[in-house]
Parts: sequence; C-alpha cells; structure tokens
Amino acid sequence: MIQFLVHEKTDTVGVATEDIKAGQVAKGLFMDTQDPIEMKALKDIPLGHKIALTDFAVGDTVIKYGHDIGKVVAAIKAGDHVHIHNLKTKRW
Amino acid sequence: MSASKFRGYRRENGKVGVRNHTIILPLDDLSNAASEAVANNIKGTMALPHPYGRLQFGEDLELFFRTLIGTGTNPNVAAVVVIGIEPEWTGRVVVGIAASGKPVKGFSIEREGDINTIAKASRQAMEYVQWASELQRAECSMDELYVSTKCGESDTTSGLASNPTVGNVFDKLNEMGATTSFGETSEIMGAELVCQERAATPEVGEAFMRTFNAYNDIILANKTDDLSGSQPTKGNIRGGLTTIEEKAFGNLQKIGKKSRYVGVLKPAEAPGGPGMWFMDTSSAAAEAVTLWAASGAVVHLFPTGQGNIIGNPILPVIKLSANPLTCRTMSEHIDVDVSPILNGQLTLDEAGDQLIDMIVRTCNGRLTAAEALGHREFVLTKLYISA
Repeated sequence: MIQFLVHEKTDTVGVATEDIKAGQVAKGLFMDTQDPIEMKALKDIPLGHKIALTDFAVGDTVIKYGHDIGKVVAAIKAGDHVHIHNLKTKRW
Repeated sequence: MSASKFRGYRRENGKVGVRNHTIILPLDDLSNAASEAVANNIKGTMALPHPYGRLQFGEDLELFFRTLIGTGTNPNVAAVVVIGIEPEWTGRVVVGIAASGKPVKGFSIEREGDINTIAKASRQAMEYVQWASELQRAECSMDELYVSTKCGESDTTSGLASNPTVGNVFDKLNEMGATTSFGETSEIMGAELVCQERAATPEVGEAFMRTFNAYNDIILANKTDDLSGSQPTKGNIRGGLTTIEEKAFGNLQKIGKKSRYVGVLKPAEAPGGPGMWFMDTSSAAAEAVTLWAASGAVVHLFPTGQGNIIGNPILPVIKLSANPLTCRTMSEHIDVDVSPILNGQLTLDEAGDQLIDMIVRTCNGRLTAAEALGHREFVLTKLYISA
C-alpha cells in the first residue's frame, strides 16, 4: 500500500492518496515510471493535498503533471504540506 | 492490448455507429407534444424534446441547425422523423440529415393540426423502426470510432487517476487511427499555453487561442463578480487544489501525453478526418455532450470525481471514477471503477486497457449505466437571446 502518488518523474510535489500524519514515513509511487519513493511528512497532509518532495525557496516554481503550477511564497521543506499558505498562482 | 474489433452499424455514408435509434426530432418547442405522442405510439422510437427553434437568428440559428442536423446524422441513429410547426425550417433539417443518405422524413403541423400530424408521422416512424430492427451489426475496427471526452464534478481523484486514464486511452485510440475530441473551453484557463503547444501545427494552436480568448471575453463581459477569486473554487481548495494552473492541468490530463490535436471545431461541427480535435464547448456536461453527439461522436468517456450522472439520448456515456466513496455510494452510475490506482494496485496503463475493454463492450451493445438508468439529457447550446 502507498500513501501518495507522483504524476511524473520531474514533479516536485506528490499527492496524498490517504491522510498522512506528521512524522509518518510515507510510501509513494511515480505513476509514469512505477518507481517507489519515501518521504517523511513534516506536517499532516490530508487526502488529496500535496507533499513537498524537495526544499523550496521563496520564488521557486512548483512542478506537478510535469508543468509549472505556481510560485512559492513561503519557504518549504521536503515533507511539508504544500497549499495556499506557501504556493500561489502566477496569474494574479 | 485489448480487442481492436467490435460489431457496429455501418451507415449509408460509411460512418460507424454503435446504437440503432429511430428518433422523432422536433424542430421546435411547439412540436415536442406531437413528437412525444409519436414516440409513445410507436415502441422502440425515441423523441428528443427541447425548448428552442423559434426566432433564433445569426450564428445562434446556424448552431441550432448544425446541432439538430448533426443529431439526426449521427451514426448511432438509423432513421429520423422530423416534426416542426411550419414546413420551411422542418425541410431544412430534413435536407441536412438526408445528405447522410439515411432515411428521414419531415412533417409540419400548420394546416394539419397535431392529431393528423401524429397519425401520419406515426405510420412513417413505424415503417422506419421496423426497417431498422432488421439492420445487422457488422465487424468494425477501432479506427472507425469517433470518441469524445469531458469530465464533471471533478475532485482530486479526477486529476490523479480518472482523467489520466482517459488520457492513456486517448493516446491509444489516436495511435489506432480513431477520431477523438475534447473541449471545455473555459476550463482550460490556466493551461491554455500548454494546450496551444499541443496543437499539431502553429496555425492550429493559434486557432485554439483565438477560440479560447473569444470564450473568455464573453465570460468577462457578462460576469457579475470578480472571477479571480473563484478559481479554484472553495471546494477545490478544501480538496487540496491550490492554483488555477493545477486545476487546469488536471483537466487536460484527458488528452494524454503524446497526442496532438489536428484541428479546432466550432460547437457541433463534425471532424474532417481521424486524429484528435479540439471543440469549442461549454463546460456544462449536458450541453457539451449534446454538441459532441451532434458532431457525430458515437461513444463518450466521462470521468467523474464526486459523481456527475449525465447521459445523452443517442450517445452512450461511459462513466469512470477513481473516488472510492463515489464508486461505493453511487455504484449504479459508474461503468469503470479505477480507484485501485490510488493505492498503487492498478497502473494507468492497466486502467486504460480496462477502459478500452469497456469501450469495446459498449460498442458491441452493452448498455452504459446512464442508458440503463434512462439519462437522456438533450440540451441545446444557445449563444444569445432570440429575436
């Protein structure tokens, strides 16, 4: 069983497929290559929410589906919860 | 790879259908009553009531005729009885459908009244449905299929699993030489530049961008509040979606990773050949699926998260979901459960093969969930007010 999925090898976030608890070492799977990955969660990551796979600085771009989904507005550590508090659209 | 042959109906114009409907098509709102009476008289026929067809003009009227003529022309339809209040527009629909070579006849109500019209149209409908009932299915190949897709009531499981499953199938269908189509113009907002790049040529990409911008201009001209805060929606954010780009890329997963679209279609316009086509459509499920049916699609793939239950009178809508709760609580609406993708027990490629298998079964005659439940949403797209 896995706790998160990553769409593509180049993605920098995964998506929780069940609720992940802070401190838990979550097992994941890259959907394109079927390679396994493990990540220690720093925060609770609810089902459907994103987990950081690397560290990010403010201004960095987050990649999901192999594409730019927005810019980092507060520093993120690998294993953090990535959502509206630290990621914003580049649109407006 | 799953089966690549199925048994369909090869129509007079060479196009392949997977259903064999005899339809009673009202030209206008006034003719719904007579059309429904005929369908009630003659078993095995189906009326397609709708609210329009009077005092439309310009591009809206052209779309109206394209939709009605396209619906009658769809290869899932064997024969058509058209009923209208007056002979002229009724005749325009009949002539349009007759170009496909299939049996079609029109009846108008003025100087006849409902009762005589119903009697005459019923005799014609009976002749058609008995003729159609003897048509035989023949072996057809996947490159003769035209498949459309759009998602609805999406949630995070849509972007994660059910939309990419459709993408996997679209890549496979396009490789087999089939015709495919996607649309939902407004929902591409956030991924429009990537969508433009997925065009087969720069010209097609520019045509997409013109269509996208025109749709957006209409939304902006008519909006009553600030839309920048409405995408993603509060529900999307609660579910884990953060940005409009992320939401749009989740939607765009349906077109796969390899396929490039070869052209841009007006609403309800038939594709000019095989390959993937972008169609300018609303993102409202019933309106969009009605447009694809009118463009000649014979199977529709509909991934859903929270459980949109849409169907169409002539176009079988195959539903798939990766949301385990939806698959459990609304199981009668779901044709393919791809939720095992979420815990790593099913790969996208395997899920795609399962969906192709369901396409083949549906083409061979299996009723979809929406067909068995009687979902026949026939909703015409109207561009603006009538005169």
